[in-house]
Amino acid sequence: MAELFTLPVLLGIAFSGIRLATPYLYAALGETFAQRSGVLNLGVDGIMLMGAFSAFFVALNTGSLWLGLAAAAVVGLLMGLLMALVSITFKAEQGISGIGLYMFGLGLSSLLFRTTVGTVKTISGFQPVKLPLLGDLPILGDIFFRHSLLVYGAFLAVPLAWFILERTTWGLKIRAVGQQPAAADSLGVNVTAVRYACTGLGGVLAGIAGASLSIALTNLFQENLTSGQGFIAVALVYFGGWRPLGVLGGALLFSFVNAFQLWMQVLVPEMEADIAVMLPYLLTIAALAVAVNRTRQPAALAKPFERGEA
Amino acid sequence: MTQPRPPVSQLSQSLRQRKRSAPPQWGDLAAALGLPALAVAAALLVGALVLLMLGANPLEAYAALIGGALGTSAGLIQSAVKATPLLLVALGIIIAFRANVINIGAEGQIIAGALAATWFALAFRAWPGPALVPATLLAGFAAGAAWGFVPGLLKARLGVNEILSTVMMNAIALQLMNLLLGGPMIDPAEVAAGTFIAQSERLPQHAWLPRLVPQTLLHAGAILAIVLAVGVYFFLWRTSAGYRLRAVGQSPEAARYAGIPVPAYQMLSLTLAGGFAGLAGVVEVLGVHHRLLEGITSGYGFSGIVAALFGKLHPLGAIPASFLFGSLLVGADKMQRAVQVPSALVGTLLGLVVLFVVGSDYVARRQAARRAAARAAEEGERG
Amino acid sequence: MRKHLRTAPVLLTLLALLAGACGGATATTSPSGPFRVAVVMPSATTDMAYSQSMFQAMKAVQAEMGGESALEFAWSEGMFNVPDAAAAMRDYATQGYDLVIAHGSQYGASVQEVAPDFPDTSFAWGTNVDTFGMPNVFAYTAAAEEGGYVNGVMAAMLTQSKIIGITGPVEVGDAKTYIDGFRNGVAATDPSITINATWTGSFSDVALMTEAANTHIAAGADILTGSSQSVVGSIGAAKDKGGVLWFGTQADQATLAPELVVASQVYDWVGVVKDMIAKHQAGTLGGEVFTLRLSNDGLKIAYGTGYSLPADVRSAAEAAIAGIKDGSIKPLP
Repeated sequence: MAELFTLPVLLGIAFSGIRLATPYLYAALGETFAQRSGVLNLGVDGIMLMGAFSAFFVALNTGSLWLGLAAAAVVGLLMGLLMALVSITFKAEQGISGIGLYMFGLGLSSLLFRTTVGTVKTISGFQPVKLPLLGDLPILGDIFFRHSLLVYGAFLAVPLAWFILERTTWGLKIRAVGQQPAAADSLGVNVTAVRYACTGLGGVLAGIAGASLSIALTNLFQENLTSGQGFIAVALVYFGGWRPLGVLGGALLFSFVNAFQLWMQVLVPEMEADIAVMLPYLLTIAALAVAVNRTRQPAALAKPFERGEA
Repeated sequence: MTQPRPPVSQLSQSLRQRKRSAPPQWGDLAAALGLPALAVAAALLVGALVLLMLGANPLEAYAALIGGALGTSAGLIQSAVKATPLLLVALGIIIAFRANVINIGAEGQIIAGALAATWFALAFRAWPGPALVPATLLAGFAAGAAWGFVPGLLKARLGVNEILSTVMMNAIALQLMNLLLGGPMIDPAEVAAGTFIAQSERLPQHAWLPRLVPQTLLHAGAILAIVLAVGVYFFLWRTSAGYRLRAVGQSPEAARYAGIPVPAYQMLSLTLAGGFAGLAGVVEVLGVHHRLLEGITSGYGFSGIVAALFGKLHPLGAIPASFLFGSLLVGADKMQRAVQVPSALVGTLLGLVVLFVVGSDYVARRQAARRAAARAAEEGERG
Repeated sequence: MRKHLRTAPVLLTLLALLAGACGGATATTSPSGPFRVAVVMPSATTDMAYSQSMFQAMKAVQAEMGGESALEFAWSEGMFNVPDAAAAMRDYATQGYDLVIAHGSQYGASVQEVAPDFPDTSFAWGTNVDTFGMPNVFAYTAAAEEGGYVNGVMAAMLTQSKIIGITGPVEVGDAKTYIDGFRNGVAATDPSITINATWTGSFSDVALMTEAANTHIAAGADILTGSSQSVVGSIGAAKDKGGVLWFGTQADQATLAPELVVASQVYDWVGVVKDMIAKHQAGTLGGEVFTLRLSNDGLKIAYGTGYSLPADVRSAAEAAIAGIKDGSIKPLP
């Protein structure tokens, strides 16, 4: 057990943990916007899969990773708007429409993969970029500042999301729409428009989350590449109490424990692997249960808005 | 029913809730049945385009889909086989939904039920069948209920959101099954043969659920599920506990105001939901596979949510809804075989159907509301 | 990929449906027509592993026998759900297929139930070794430990850090037997080598498998191997780091990264399928167990195309293959 806490191991955990956290961060930050505006989107995993496929397909055929990333964002936007149409305009039960969106995204991404790419191929994805100065730091430079641009992007998105939500008029509108849609409406805020925008933005970020898997972290696509990471991302929004910093904490906790358990399997071979694999899930529940986290969810979450009632 | 309605705070009242408490009208019923059918048709139309792009003939594909599921007794029976676990999961989803709790932990609860049932039936194999089968069913129900109770307790006592905890509990159940099937519960014959396939020993024959039609997989679990559906209806609408549970779902604030312990009822709903999902796991083991193996859930934990929706979140509605959804799954497999399209098309189609059906629900509600308004206006004129 | 329609089976299906075919044992095969084989598979035909290996074998047998006029071949993929697979088997048997292959160890109980109703149809299932004592059931399996041992011998000679990493989803089935053989091959060659193993618990979580491989590399491993599902993540990580080699199993994985893949153990079901067809045509509908082995060419070691294997390693591998074939080497302790 002691060898788990040596410097090389801790640095290895940090390196893997940062990479693992990347897709969760994008997807969970996007879902934070959707939920703060009052829309529960359980279909994040389906959007991620469509984003991952689109990015891979475009990058494979054009040779341009940036075009691939753009494709993932556009497809993510379309999927998000589909969710918005069903959930906001048609006021569907959101817990169920999200499951429908997930099934649709899982099926369609697999189908498109089968008919266009056919078999597993790898591409050369976003390469690690050494940040000037920071990348030259001893030890820390290797761990924190030699990742691909999409990894940096995920961590930069955290303060950006915080700033938008807490320090801009648009953020104020989002929060108002999620808490008191009727009051926001009476003050002239277009509830429907804000929710569409947030669900669409959530879709864009989920699409990029998928792209980070297929063209930066694993550099391939296969059926069900995300294997349920979108659901974990939704859970992390609750973990983070609908705050970008809290989401960052949740994503890092989950991913670092996941990286930790891999090292534990290597260094403590007598430990059952199946138990090690459970650790991130167990600890995430436990951490939330013991943390003093009583953030109230947005009051209007998952409740469709109809002008003139309430 | 003449129970007093709880005081409802203005804030939390919504159109949906008003509609739920309104008395049913025949026009509403027709709309409720006709619109989903239209929505399914619309989804299939989109699917036809996909089929054309794949180079398959949509007419032949859909003939296989409908004929395969509903045109033969084998297809009908197969649909009922799939409907059984779907209905059990859906009943749990409905109870949770009625208490305003979203249970996406059914996958894990099915595994918990299946694990417990397999262990119990093997450990107490000396018992005679009439004692072993009911006891095994109870053991699986209890394990599923425990898997639902944990998120319920975490929600009630510590405010941990159930979506977070059930997602995590699903993963934990899956790993637990991997652990047990990889070692303690693996079939000794697999070890002896050196093949190490992850499946448990076969259960003794007297632990199996009886077959309803010989040479098919239709088993007594189907009857159990229907009886339980009636039971859940009775519980929700004919007992005071069920009434309070629904009151919590309609408006937690109002329920609290009326003195109902809201967290306790949310906990109860998740526990019961887990129990029913656990039962789905048991009947799959005792009725279909006769052993525990990887992939036991077959995604029923998610498709059960859809079946619950098709049944309008009503336990009796869930009976035909589960059957229809089951037949959709069966027909889709037939379609795959008939025109040899990738199986992923099936999932795409089902996702579209769900999106179209949940979307169409709003139109149905609006029509119902318009009709109710017209009636109210009429009565107003008369009075 | 084949997308066009074959009208005959579709019409047959529809006819069968109209006739209310509910489990009758009415085989409608015509003796002069093509031999008809149906395969039911749990995963996709493009999984780079188990299902794909059978799919490709069927294609190869079909080509060898003279195309669709000699061998008609239908398949159902994605049949994770066992009752669906059972329905598919019954369906194919009702349509008069001569041989129905249930390509998943989880399908055993279904074969046991369907086979007695169709005494004129051959059923085959794998990987397992149990024919249930039925005259129309074949079983087939793969001795994955044999190729594992050979790979282990090569890996032990090629590692410079003396550390080898194993990755995979769950340690069961032929993933386990392959690893057991691999460990044994390494130990027999150089007992001082450390072998680390990680299991991710998920068959599709490539991101986690990539990090598992990164972990091994950070822990000093310069050679990686593991069950087929872990190949893509491992190769991705190995490519990034450079100087790390990969050994594959189930299918030839060299196409993914020719310069990194030293060798793959390849499952070749062609011989088994041809044997079963020949037996069926000769009147033996089942009752036999086939095992893919190095000695019957069911297992093959495919050396990487882009990696230049040192001659001494290659000859050690060939010696191990010969030893396993003649029984002088036992791949499992």
